Parts: sequence; C-alpha cells; structure tokens
Amino acid sequence: MSAQVQNVSRRRFLKTTGIGAGGLVLGGIMPAFSPVWAEHPQSSNELNLFVSINKDNTVNIVCHRSEMGQGIRTSIPQVVADELCAQWDKVSVIQGLADERYGSQNTDGSRSIRRFYTTLRQMGASARTMLEQAAADLWKVEVSTVYAKDSFVHHKDSQRKVSFGYLSESAAKLSPPSTETLTFKSKKEFQFIGKPIDGIDLPDIVTGNADFGQDIKIEGMLYASIERSPVVGAKVKSFDGDAAKVVAGVVDTYQMPEQPSPVVFHPLNGVAVLASNTWSAMQGRKALNIEWDLGANASHNSDEYLAEIKHRIITPGKKFRVAGDAYAKFDSAADRHEATYTMPYLVHAPMEPPAATAIVRDGNCEIWACTQTPQSTQANVAGALGIDPSKVKVHVTFLGGGFGRKSKPDFSVEAALLAKHTGKPVKVVWSREDDIQQGYYHAISAQHFAAGIDENKQVISWLQRTAFPSISWTFTGTVDEPQAGELSLGFGDVPFAIDDLVCETHKATGHIRIGWVRSVSNIHHAFAQGSFVDELAAKTGKSTYDMWMSLLGEDRMVDPKTQGFDYQNYGEPLENFPIDVSRLKGVLVDVVSKSGANQATAKNEGWGISVQRSFVSYVAVATKVKVEDGKVTVLEMHSSIDAGTVVNPDRVRSQQEGSMIFGLSLALMGEISVKNGAVEQSNYHDYPVLRISQCPKIESYIIASDAPPGGVGEPGTPPVAASLTNAIYHASGVRIRELPVNKVMSV
Amino acid sequence: MINFRVNGEQRSVDVDPSMPLLWVLRDVLDLTGSKFGCGIAQCGACTVHIDAQPVRACVMPISAVAGKDVLTIEGLSPDGEHPVQQAWKQHNVPQCGYCQSGQIMSAVALLSSNPSPSDEEIDNYMQGNICRCGTYTRIRAAIKDASAHYSLAKNVGDEA
Repeated sequence: MSAQVQNVSRRRFLKTTGIGAGGLVLGGIMPAFSPVWAEHPQSSNELNLFVSINKDNTVNIVCHRSEMGQGIRTSIPQVVADELCAQWDKVSVIQGLADERYGSQNTDGSRSIRRFYTTLRQMGASARTMLEQAAADLWKVEVSTVYAKDSFVHHKDSQRKVSFGYLSESAAKLSPPSTETLTFKSKKEFQFIGKPIDGIDLPDIVTGNADFGQDIKIEGMLYASIERSPVVGAKVKSFDGDAAKVVAGVVDTYQMPEQPSPVVFHPLNGVAVLASNTWSAMQGRKALNIEWDLGANASHNSDEYLAEIKHRIITPGKKFRVAGDAYAKFDSAADRHEATYTMPYLVHAPMEPPAATAIVRDGNCEIWACTQTPQSTQANVAGALGIDPSKVKVHVTFLGGGFGRKSKPDFSVEAALLAKHTGKPVKVVWSREDDIQQGYYHAISAQHFAAGIDENKQVISWLQRTAFPSISWTFTGTVDEPQAGELSLGFGDVPFAIDDLVCETHKATGHIRIGWVRSVSNIHHAFAQGSFVDELAAKTGKSTYDMWMSLLGEDRMVDPKTQGFDYQNYGEPLENFPIDVSRLKGVLVDVVSKSGANQATAKNEGWGISVQRSFVSYVAVATKVKVEDGKVTVLEMHSSIDAGTVVNPDRVRSQQEGSMIFGLSLALMGEISVKNGAVEQSNYHDYPVLRISQCPKIESYIIASDAPPGGVGEPGTPPVAASLTNAIYHASGVRIRELPVNKVMSV
Repeated sequence: MINFRVNGEQRSVDVDPSMPLLWVLRDVLDLTGSKFGCGIAQCGACTVHIDAQPVRACVMPISAVAGKDVLTIEGLSPDGEHPVQQAWKQHNVPQCGYCQSGQIMSAVALLSSNPSPSDEEIDNYMQGNICRCGTYTRIRAAIKDASAHYSLAKNVGDEA
C-alpha cells in the first residue's frame, strides 16, 4: 500500500432487499463497499451486498472471507459471477471489511463454500434479475423476452443488447426480487462453477505486489516488537527498559496492560518496544530486562504430562457413546488387540508470522491485519479499547498462511492497545520465535483402542478412549476434559458396523494456550483410528483395505446420536450432510485403484492407507515409503476427495496437495515440547516443517458428486499420518504409535 | 550513508550498518515483496540476488551490500512476465503466496546457473525455501517448464 492510509469513502447506500432468510443478515441495510486500500469507484452502482457494477461494465464482487491460500478470492467470485452471467475478465474482487451483515466471516472450519454456496448463487441471480428487469423497462418489453449473458442483457426478439454497466444505475433503483422468485442455472449451464479458473491474485503474487499483514505501512507509523510472558498466566513483576531505549531507532518501551484470566484471545502479558523500524524494535527488545512472576503453569512439562495421560488412558474412562456392551464382549472374545497412540503439541507456523497495524484516533480504531476472523478482531479490539464495535474498522490483508493461528485476534488487540497508548499508528510485528513460542497449540494427546476378535477373525467389539487438553480450557481456565465439539472430530463419529462399541474420554487439563490447527482433533483421532485398523488387519491376516471394508459394513447412514453422543457434525444437520458409509468406501476404492496401493512392492517398500470423513467431506490417502538403514523416504502420496459439489477443481487439488504435505510434515517431524511451562522450540531449525527435498510425488483425485459442497481446506490432512505410519509398518515391520516419526527414524 | 543499487536504481540509506538488507528493503525503501519468515536464513522467504547471486536478505548486514547490485522480486521483470513468473502462473503454483517471491528468486538463480536441472538438482537447490502451504510439486513442475525456455535461450546464444 502507499505511504498513507487513503481516506476511504464513507458514503452509504441504504437499501433493503428481499433476500435473506436464514443466517446471513441480508434483509436489512446494505453496507457501503469500502474496498481495501482503494477508493470505491464513484460510478459504481450496488445491486446487493456482494455485487456492484460500474459504468464501464466492470463488476465488483465482494469476498467476505479471508484469503490464506485456499483460493477463496477466486472461488467466491466464480459462484456469484456465474449466476450473474458476468464476463470473467470484467470481474474484480473487493475484500470485505468486518461487517456482521455478511454473516460469519470466521474463515476456518472449511466452511466458506460449504456455508455460503447457496447465498452466493442467490446474490448473483438477484443482481442478474434486476439487470434484466432494467433492460426490459428500458426497451418496454416483457422481462421474459430478455436474458443476461457475458455482462450484457440481450433481447430475444431483436438484435438489441445493452451492457450491465449502462443498466446498473437504473437496476440499482429497483427493489431486489424475493428469493422465491429467483431462477438459477442448471449444472450444465455453469460457466465458472466447477471450472479450474486461475487464481485471481496470481499476477500480484508472482510480482511481489500482494500486501500481507506484515507489509502494511502507514505514514508516521511506529514498529513494535513485544517480549511476552514465556508461561501462560505469567505477569511482569518489574522491568528495566533503559538499555532498550538507547538502541538506535528505539522510541519507547511500554508495559502492556495486564490481562485477565482465562487467556481467551487476550494478548499475553509483556513489554513492548516501539521503534522507527522493525529491526530497531527487535534489537531494543533483546536489551529489555524483565522479571517475571511465572505463576502455576510454570510447573508444566510436556514429557511428564504425556506419560501421565498415557498411563491414565489404559484405565476405564467416562463413556459418551455406547452401543451394546463392549466390555462383556471382550471377555467372551476369542482374541483381543489393544494399542495406545500419542501425539505431541503442534503449532501452525504459517510462513507469515502474525502482524497487525492499528490507528486509534477520536474514539475510532482502524486495523489492518492478516486475520482469519475480522469480526472477532473487531469485537475483541472494541472490548480492549472500551469502545463500541461499530467504531472499529477492520481491513483484511492477504494472509501468509493461517491454519487456524490467525483466527485468534490477540495480535490485533496488541496493535490497538499500542496505537491507543502512543497516539500513533503502530504495527506489531511477530517474529518466527514469537509465533512458535506464543501460539495456540494443537493439543497433546493419548488414545487407547481395543478390539475383540472372534474365531472367524471378525471384529466383534470395539473400545476407544481419548485424552487431551480441551480448546475450551483456553476460554474457561477450568474445563479439564475433551468437549463434544472436539469428540465430534473423528472420534465419537466412528462409523463402524460393530454392535458392541464404546467411546470414552479421560481428564486432561490445560497449561498452555490450546487452539485449533488445520483439521483440529481429527489429527490425533484419525492417526489412532487409522493405525488401529491397520493393526487389526495385520493381526487377522487381512489386507488393510479388506479390514476397512469389513469394519465399515453395509452402505448406510450413521447417526452417532442414536448411541447417546451429542454429535455436532460440523454444525450441519445430518439430514443434509449424513455420515454416508458408501462415500467413505468410494474414496478408499478410488485411491487404492488409482495409486496401486494394493500392488506388491519392492523390498523395504510399503504402502499405507487410511480414510476419514471430516468437515462433511470424505478423503482417503495412500502413501508409499521406503525404509532403509533407519531412514524413511516418502516416495508417493495419493489422495482422493469426495467434497460434494466443487467450485474450483484446481484449487481443490492444490488444497489436497497442501493438506498432504501439512499432514506429512507433522507426522514426520512435528513436535512442540514444553519445559517449566515454556515452549522449547523457537524457529524452523528446531520446529522443522517439510522441505521440497522431503516432498514425495503427489497425486490428488476428486470424486464427481452433486452432493452439497463439503469442506476442502482441512479434510485432506487427517488420514495422512496413519497412511504414513502404516506404510512404514508394511515396509519395515516397525509400528510407530508415538508421533512424530523422527523420534525413532531419520526422515 | 551506505550506497548500493536496487533493481537498477542508485539508493543511499542512513541506517545502522548492522541492519539486515531485508529491513532496509521493507521498512526504509518500501519494497515489501521480499518477505520476513524466520530472520535466521532458515526459510528463504527473503531471498534476493546480490550481484546475481541468491542471498538471504534477513541475515545480510546492509554494510556488506555497499556498492553492490541488489535484485528483488519487484525488479525481476518490468511486466511480471519473466519466464519463471510465467511458469509460476501457468502451473497456478502459489497458494497463500507469502513464500513465493523467495521461491521465484531462488528458481531464477538456479536456472541461471543450471538451465536444465534434474529433479534431484531442483530439490537440492530449492530446499532452503520453505513453503508451508505445500506447493512443492508445482514448484518442481514450473521450474521444469521454465527450464525449457532457459535451455532454448542458451542454445540460441550458443549458435550466435
């Protein structure tokens, strides 16, 4: 962006619309379109919340969700523009500000398309209908005799046509049609939906012109680097900033306002160094001398904690889903198999460390941040400043990765507090060390599985237990066991056709901030489940594929609620998004046949497979490895996804590629350890993530489906870890039950 | 004052001589295409060329850049149509895009020194550039495509 904030137009188009039953608040007032970092074209005419049309026949379509690599700034316009009948090269994207009228803007949970597909089509169709009506009025003909195509409205009975741009002013004066009267394209009429359209921001990205949160610069801005408490709940007892202040470029030091417990989205306690540039702020910070009151969490050591929950998990826990009597069946079973699996804490480590820039002036605040959640940023900043959320304007920049970290607005609150304190614009720059040591971590966990096996090698009873600190601990400070929302992620939704089945939890309290990381609890649950299925296959002499098919049983819809579990199904009704066993089998069949995972391998090589439904989509992964001299080489990974209706198949494939690499990275090397309450790792040298030299050949496949759109960004990750460790077992005979792999093998 | 050239333009900066080039580019010269990812030459997001050699700008003190020629992503081509940029677009390589300036600058340096790299040579050369989104397979494919252009250019040059 340029050196000063442009005075974005505050003009408001107030208007009502007929669209908008349901969650999205469209029935009320239209927002102003305030494009990020640009004046809204004065000639633009707004037809609804998402669509405005300029006199020059270009179209502005709002993207109300955050772009962090999933391609949403391309996919949303694809859907709207298709129903609008716009010409693609006339479309430009406006990034939506934080605004409740969009409905949820919280870009996580793999739900941008899942939740908004229908609404976006309505937005396009509504605007198209208004343009057609405007043309019919212009020509004084029946509206049924006109149609929109390629950004023009045409008259069927004559050669006449008129541009959207010409019609836009009169169309904008019409009342939007009611939702019931809208007509939509059939699948075969789609021009953009389902097409692999190039990323709309590609030209800016490859030239270095895309502005991320770290890239914001405002005239007169100070740069801040904050030394934060090494332990959650720690407080600054005293600090000496004199040495920091003599560092060239340092302007001031400031003790951040002490934050309440629980930690929630509050900034951590600490001391900020403000300077005229980033480097000086970082150098000044090194010269700070802070005495901490570390508090109770300083007693937390992750290795001891893991040993504790690993011990606890082999004892009976609290039942939350029960069918029949699994315990009784174990006693009568001919054979039994048990295994315990563990995973360490993980952190997101997006390439762009968090950053936010704020101005607080005249009781108003304006923020630029790489946030996944502009509305939560708005609410939390308002709360910290003691002003109304309507006084906080949140601009969403490009996000250099998110993976869940940037849906926590703590860094924006820091910027706002510092901007208020200094009276100047302030950019808070997180370093990589800050990102790794001050994160919201994926929970450390232990899982225990047991199966009873009869004389015919059939699995007749099933027990699974899980223990991990809950995300809810972060928000309450008291919750000390997994919650239904987390147990719904790949655990309590176990889809197996076993009459005697029990799911249990164990206590596990929190000591560091627990948050959601790409696919959340599915990561450890799918690792354990997918591993245990492979173990049962080995135990009974079956192929892993046959064991999956046998456990999944007949094609049917599974409803965990019938067995007493408060199953949450990613916030979707089971009627619309059932747990469909045939689709689980479908992706498994697809990936096995296309990868050749059922074929024999060379010596020291092996295939592993796993499958998981998450975010109402279905993904199977097949991984081939070679294990030689204690070193694992991942040779190939294949993924098959059934995500229902797909908007942009190329971006779905790229998400599959990325999900596989994300899962492979955490399974091979991901480990955050905590000593005396503080994270031990600090940068990519000791929290390694996958490099190109470790990246296998990758293929991804999409199952054609007309089902409603499911999630895409996350479902590719859960099956990866088990597919990898299963492959290692089949290549080497070594069963890895405790991740990461590099504890026992070089990678 | 430290004098050097950036993307062909003469620049003078009055900063702490130990300030890394990355922060001079980003905070002083407003060239934010080179990214801050780790600060310790582990991720490659800040890769630029100095006198045609790839370096990690985050650990290169500005004092060591005096009198030298710096090329950043902004100066790679006047129109964003450098063969490597074209190949990147052709393969839809970027996801979030944050690491891609560094990836592209490393790829350009690779192809300048080795116009027809093997798969292994690509992996070895590019392993200093992390992509957390996981665009590696597309990076490989894009480098292969751009390589065809480089090889062609080299052959043409040979004939001339």
